[in-house]
Amino acid sequence: MGVLTPELKANIGKAAPPRIEVVTRRDIRKYAIATNQRQRKYLDGDEAPPLYHVALFWDVVELDELTPDGVSIDALLPKFPLEKAMAGGLNITYHDRIRPGDVLVGERTLTDIYEKEGRSGPLIFYEVVLEVRRQDGSPVITEKTTRILR
Amino acid sequence: MSALRIAALRPGHELPAQTHKPDNVQLFFYNAALWNAHRIHYDLPYATEAEGYPGLVIAGPLMGDWLGQCVEAWLGDGGALVNLEYSNRGAAYIGETLTAGGTVETVDAAKGEASLTLFVRNEAGDVITPGRALVRLHG
Repeated sequence: MGVLTPELKANIGKAAPPRIEVVTRRDIRKYAIATNQRQRKYLDGDEAPPLYHVALFWDVVELDELTPDGVSIDALLPKFPLEKAMAGGLNITYHDRIRPGDVLVGERTLTDIYEKEGRSGPLIFYEVVLEVRRQDGSPVITEKTTRILR
Repeated sequence: MSALRIAALRPGHELPAQTHKPDNVQLFFYNAALWNAHRIHYDLPYATEAEGYPGLVIAGPLMGDWLGQCVEAWLGDGGALVNLEYSNRGAAYIGETLTAGGTVETVDAAKGEASLTLFVRNEAGDVITPGRALVRLHG
């Protein structure tokens, strides 16, 4: 007796359209200042800090696409029967560094949906993998996001 | 700083901790850099009255970033991050002083790699963002 229907599970494997982003020194500097970086190469924007791609590939949504609490709706996700977000986490594998002038392609795929029985009821887990590559296809970052809903 | 050497590295070695005390301005900059409009990060009446938080909530991935900074500050020019993972288990609020740190868990001298356990801890000592990293050392 699970909360995940076959229709919901059928969303596994769904991918969002690839996004192409240009890395600028200005954006790296903003990110570095905002995150309290202490290394000069980051503050000067010569190279991007390890989590800079989180900002680079955050969805740029229009004002009327935000919910009243200011959150953007992730079109990659189905409507889940549980909606209260609990812990979230990232697992990031680094293949190459990011520098100003890089043109990067980000592809997000919903790679798993599963459930577990928590102490106070069912929990839904889902995983989204973001592959960041150069335009020639060489890998830069592989990031897996796991989120838990209750 | 002397370069890290894999041969001299032992499990249990502690990374130098780094503290962060983000204020409204830093949190504003961070969410602006992401284009994150979630009200719990800047709308105090919303955060406290509608969501029941004690204050403005520090963004989860910002704490993940601090773990990366802690590892890289320790590595210096002596190595590089191969993998970083973290989980946001608890919330933190503007006004808190948070500490990022970690410990060497295993050392594989043949591969030149070490695994680390990482944490962001609040002033009460609770680990709100546990993490792990795999690093490759050059020397």
